[in-house]
Amino acid sequence: MTEADEDRADALFHALADRTRRDIMRRVLAGEHSVSTLAARYDMSFAAVQKHVAVLEKAGLLTKRRSGREQLASGDVQAVRSVASLLTDLEQVWRGRIARIDDLIALDTTQQANTDQEG
Amino acid sequence: MPVTDVRHDPDTLTLTITAEFAAPVERIWQVYADPRQLEKVWGPPTYPATVVDHDLRPGGRVTYFMTGPQGDKHAGYWQITTVDEPRGFSFDDGFADLDFNPDPVLPVSRNVYAFTEREGGTRATYVSTFESAEGLQKVLDMGVVEGATSAINQIDDLVA
Repeated sequence: MTEADEDRADALFHALADRTRRDIMRRVLAGEHSVSTLAARYDMSFAAVQKHVAVLEKAGLLTKRRSGREQLASGDVQAVRSVASLLTDLEQVWRGRIARIDDLIALDTTQQANTDQEG
Repeated sequence: MPVTDVRHDPDTLTLTITAEFAAPVERIWQVYADPRQLEKVWGPPTYPATVVDHDLRPGGRVTYFMTGPQGDKHAGYWQITTVDEPRGFSFDDGFADLDFNPDPVLPVSRNVYAFTEREGGTRATYVSTFESAEGLQKVLDMGVVEGATSAINQIDDLVA
């Protein structure tokens, strides 16, 4: 790791080492949220939430844009994922599908057993 | 665990995953040939899939949409290229609008599914090749908001 990478990792882990910030990340990864909408979700001041958003932004985990008087934040999934981790995520999708196929065909055997018992 | 092998090729953006199922090849084929079974396995529980058109023949199309937790709908299609019942099929996977007009901008993935008999069961090999990292990202975003969440949960575990 280069010095810059180390700095980035520090910022990343610092940013995520806080429950509220992880919660904000979950929301902004799902879609764009205004900072005021986010602030309404937490039992803390608008300024405090804004500060959390700023930490996440500095770590490159989210991006902000302005729309009128609103600041809109969205999670930058690319920033935290390389192509390799994209493939890993895709693998998880596939593992889910394969597990569901397995469950579906296991149901055949169960139903067959029930039919056999009834017959 | 039915998954027996996973290969990632970041250079060609290809995922190859092999699984073994305790059912004959014909039974695994049926999962894809029957739209009601296909929709049971395609989408995760939080993003269930609904298969609309289902024509599993060369040149045919299978269309589906996935419904998110907020009622948001995301449509996709399979353009079937080859079919070798019951040993497998291949198709291009893409995004569409809700009338199933293919989205010309978003890149598609090429997919080859193959089923072979193995010790009374089936070995299934799934190969997905993406045109671009953006396309792959889009697939993950669609129906995989939970994927992002699970990634965050993993970080949670790490820092807990």
